[in-house]
Amino acid sequence: MATLQIEGLTHYFGGLRAVYDFNLELQLGELVGVIGPNGAGKTTIFNLVTGVYVPTEGKIVFDGVSLRGMPSHRITSLGVVRTFQTIHLFRDLTVLDNVRIAHYSQCGYGVTGGVMRTPKFRSEERRIVDQSMSLLGIMNLSRYAGSQAKALPYGEQRRLEIARALACRPKILLLDEPAAGMNPGEVVRLMELIQWIRQEFSLTILLIEHQMRVVMGICERIKVLDFGETIAHGSPADIQRDPRVLQAYLGGSLQKGGDGR
Amino acid sequence: MPERSPKLPLSWILVAMLPLTIILPAFNLVNSYLQQVFMYVGINIILTASLNLINGYMGEFSVGHAAFMAIGAYVSAILTVWVFPKAYGPFVFPLVLVAGGIAAALAGLLVAVPSFRTRGDYLAIVTLAFNMIVKSALENIDAVGGPRGLLGIEKLTSMAWVYVWVVISIYCIRNVVYSNYGRGVLSIREDEIAAELVTVDTRQCKVVAFVIAAFFAGVAGGLFAHLLQFINPRSFALFPKSTEILAMVYLGGVGSIGGSILGATIFTVMLEVLRPLGVWRWVAIPLALVLLMIFRPTGIMGLREWRFLVPETEAIPEASGPAQRGAGGTPGLKEADSHGNPAD
Repeated sequence: MATLQIEGLTHYFGGLRAVYDFNLELQLGELVGVIGPNGAGKTTIFNLVTGVYVPTEGKIVFDGVSLRGMPSHRITSLGVVRTFQTIHLFRDLTVLDNVRIAHYSQCGYGVTGGVMRTPKFRSEERRIVDQSMSLLGIMNLSRYAGSQAKALPYGEQRRLEIARALACRPKILLLDEPAAGMNPGEVVRLMELIQWIRQEFSLTILLIEHQMRVVMGICERIKVLDFGETIAHGSPADIQRDPRVLQAYLGGSLQKGGDGR
Repeated sequence: MPERSPKLPLSWILVAMLPLTIILPAFNLVNSYLQQVFMYVGINIILTASLNLINGYMGEFSVGHAAFMAIGAYVSAILTVWVFPKAYGPFVFPLVLVAGGIAAALAGLLVAVPSFRTRGDYLAIVTLAFNMIVKSALENIDAVGGPRGLLGIEKLTSMAWVYVWVVISIYCIRNVVYSNYGRGVLSIREDEIAAELVTVDTRQCKVVAFVIAAFFAGVAGGLFAHLLQFINPRSFALFPKSTEILAMVYLGGVGSIGGSILGATIFTVMLEVLRPLGVWRWVAIPLALVLLMIFRPTGIMGLREWRFLVPETEAIPEASGPAQRGAGGTPGLKEADSHGNPAD
């Protein structure tokens, strides 16, 4: 059964068509890639799924619940969690706080509990700190727990974003160009890491990339977008041979006949 | 580094101080002028700490804090002057203050709603307008004295009550700041969109911040009214009242309760010390503020906190080795270790 179902997703920014008739069925446990050149509408799809924008048209259904028009924090609490292409950490807060904040919706005490420092408050805070520390441990960031997020090196900031996303207890993880700005060696390690967290947290992953190398290695299925439209869909091997894909990526001169407009 | 040790003595010191605030004035050990200054300092601490929740921790820019104060002042004064017989005054005083606080908190709820959609400069305009509306509404309600104000308020505010409310407000605001909601409020300041996308209900956090801040501003208003024994709408105008509160917040430092205490104390005491300068103190004080903003733009304590105000639940656990699972388990991170940082 499909866990995330996107049907006929279309979005306009004023007169600009950012996404047109995008369809996707994400099966439980799958790792699917969405690729396409810059400006193809990939990030917009993530913004639509996570409620940053409300789609002009189309259905987004997660485990039988329609996500359309739902505020972002509820979508995320349901388990559809994304990371960002450009790093969006809480820069002035500590690394630990960055991860603790992501426990917001799982926290079991109210305002009065917080003000009165009830036993429930104490046990919940302890649980949140423990879970955050163990996530930082998994991402090998424990030693930075007390430092400001902005003080971390770039690669560590990326990992902190993943740790923070995992703290939201995702069922589906939407990774927006996680390899942006990484060198080839780092990309290889990142791919291993993605594979591993997918197993460890039994996640379904939707991955956006514009570097072909990243997706080819780990994705089971790939969708290729160009100018908001899906131009190809299939296994990595199929995609690599698809003339429309080559045209979109390399320009029209190599292959003629595709309509990769 | 056991965090515990300073915690117990602090609450003892706070309790031990309470009798002092009763005994000192009772035996005339401090003159009434100093008592007055002490009480103004206390009221200003409550106002500053509560506004800091919105402007410092949440990173919004609310400029009309005196409006909440006005609501608390009028509601509590009406209750003691008209509703309750004079003889009951001292007994119902705490309840009356709470009632004023609740009325102000409801107004806070009202202001939180526009904050869902607007922020920054635009929200500042909303709060500015709110302050003006409250002031001119009070000026036009003849029942509460219109522009002449409300007279005949009994002097119920004492050093002890001010002290108790300062402790309560600091305790509550600190506890909210160091809770799930406080973290939510901080995440709004840092990056509101990212906050929503890591499950933070930003609307809920905004409501919590505005309601709590308004409640304590209302209580401070009640204390103020029963200290001055006379209030009129002009006491709660944008200028000078709201502006003064803002000045105290930024003097002490945003996002810091210790800073709020310092800012309110220094500002209030400075006003008194410089009184001999006459009109010139309104040149000296703004000048001092300008210089502070140039040389220390984050205020005295900006974003830092006194150690004893940070609860022990905030202590960062010592990292237990290079990660229990990470060491052998997490792939792709082995080489990332060799940054030259010593493994913990």
